[in-house]
Amino acid sequence: MSDRIFGAATIVLSLLMVWATGLIEESFIQDPLGPKAFPLVIAGVMGISGLVMIFKPDAEPHWPGAVKLAELVATVGVFIAYAQTLPIAGFVLSTAVASAFLVWRLGGTTRQSLIGGVVISVGIYALFQHVLGLNLAKGPWGF
Amino acid sequence: MDSLNALANGFAIALTWQNLMLALIGCLLGTLIGALPGLGPSNGVAILIPVVFSLGLPATPALILLTSVYYGAMYGGRISSILLNIPGDEPALMTTLDGYPMARAGQAGEALAISGISSFVGAFFATWGLVFLAPQLVDLALLFGPAEYFAMFTLAFATLGGVTSANQAKAAFAAAIGLALAFVGVDGQTGVPRFSFGNVHFYDGIDFLIAIVGMFALSEVLVFIEERGNANSTSTQPVTSIGRAIPPWSMIKQTSGSMTRGTILGFIAGVLPGAGASLGSFLAYTVEKKVVGKKGFFGKGDPRGVAAPEAGNNAAAGGALIPMLALGVPGSGTTAVLLAMLLSLNITPGPLLFTNNPDVVWGLIAALFIANVMLLLLNVPMVGVFARVLRIPSYYLMPAVAMISFIGIYALTNSTFDLMLMIGFGVFGWLMRKLNIPMVPVILGILLGELMEKNLRRALTISDGDLSILYGSPLAVTFLGMAVAGFVLPIFIAKFVTPKRAVAESHNDGTSD
Repeated sequence: MSDRIFGAATIVLSLLMVWATGLIEESFIQDPLGPKAFPLVIAGVMGISGLVMIFKPDAEPHWPGAVKLAELVATVGVFIAYAQTLPIAGFVLSTAVASAFLVWRLGGTTRQSLIGGVVISVGIYALFQHVLGLNLAKGPWGF
Repeated sequence: MDSLNALANGFAIALTWQNLMLALIGCLLGTLIGALPGLGPSNGVAILIPVVFSLGLPATPALILLTSVYYGAMYGGRISSILLNIPGDEPALMTTLDGYPMARAGQAGEALAISGISSFVGAFFATWGLVFLAPQLVDLALLFGPAEYFAMFTLAFATLGGVTSANQAKAAFAAAIGLALAFVGVDGQTGVPRFSFGNVHFYDGIDFLIAIVGMFALSEVLVFIEERGNANSTSTQPVTSIGRAIPPWSMIKQTSGSMTRGTILGFIAGVLPGAGASLGSFLAYTVEKKVVGKKGFFGKGDPRGVAAPEAGNNAAAGGALIPMLALGVPGSGTTAVLLAMLLSLNITPGPLLFTNNPDVVWGLIAALFIANVMLLLLNVPMVGVFARVLRIPSYYLMPAVAMISFIGIYALTNSTFDLMLMIGFGVFGWLMRKLNIPMVPVILGILLGELMEKNLRRALTISDGDLSILYGSPLAVTFLGMAVAGFVLPIFIAKFVTPKRAVAESHNDGTSD
């Protein structure tokens, strides 16, 4: 079933591609093939692969249960929050919080998460900013 | 003997203190990355590219560092295979079959030493193969016109998808999505924006590094979170006592035949498009089992079952560099990542690389020899040090990997938008792993899409729109024929490869070598 849903999504995607190809404005500089032809061929390949997935689906993959899924969604949420706060709160603070969450979700105890978060964040900061001279995100406190 | 002269010049470039230090750092890092379960050559090199790039190293030193990491990771993969029964990366899978039983029988030290020596033999001869074969391939490639290039790219996509995937439709989908992502941005030929939906961020196209790091590294973190607490991750007993790290002479003698056969098979598998190191080690092990027959005790700790696949996967790693450097077409996932590295250093691999930048190519090849010797010296006597790294729990390791992925991309682009894009690729990569869709064709599509379309349109400009130019030369017809065969044949011979899939699926991580 998963393959069938994915195949259908693939076909929708290929149709979207055809539609988006129609939006490309032709320029006055022209080559015989133009900017539209190859994307249309690829959209065709994608559409056919979607059809095959619908008609010949593989065995069902092992999907995570509701709890695991919620955990994964939360992890992605933390990633997004991290990406957004990085330029505002600076590297050290946002990385410490994000990595503490990851340590916790990967099976560390509360204490390990807190220590792990701080060690990972400060360790990476020391190594990359001071030894390698990379410019990490600066927050209001300069780190 | 032009090659040997060029190689001597290469050594002159590589043998500076700075480059030797970088090679040593690369070897150490690579061995660690390879040894840690969950990090293999492709995601290891992937997270390091943006970091190395932001350091602003010149092309040759950066290449030396990253290829040392690549070779090192091929060595390191065996350590966790033998001690934990968990392959550090996919090519090391076959090493678990006899390596772990050896370790359980108190021969961990011998298994590690034999596998280290086999890795050296495989990589050493494959690097010589690179020295002599790559220039030949370059001579051939100089005859290519745009139509031949287009046919060759088609061949690369067809075989990479065909050989490595269980399902041709999914491989085709992966290639198509990669090519579609390559279209995003301003069209190089006519200057019109495509698939950018008026979003300024998309006008330059999608940086392949963002896609690679997201798909290889972030999706790995998601997989770890998902699999935490599953039974199969804790069922094996780690072997902690290593014992003697120097194998008896008789064991080296006993396994020398296996190393030779493994090297040859692995090298061939590496040179062929689409096969790569996983197939190299699989072939080496299966053939070895057939050759030795009933005299062997494979699966119960036969040292030949450790020597053959290790020689095979390291020889394949060297062999895979040949099409990547000479044609600009990578033969495996990791070489696709190395191609990404070259492109981000503004070096376009292919025949012109050998004529325009011989110092880069030969410096790199010399560095491979140096790295290989360093790795042997590091890996045989010091293997106990690396083995200790395996005690780092993954709940400290994977967060660090995720954070380094983020700062690598952020240091490169300073853009929150790109980080969000990377997260999107991470989620997409996780979904692809779940559905068993290969990721390497996506990467290859993003990397090669522009070149592929450029050659297609150039060919048709030459012929003024006549499509017959695409199959107008014997070389192009051969490539297209091979492409069709490489895509279609696996459907029929799938039943012969089923054992590999059965093993591979139990450790499915989608990032084939």
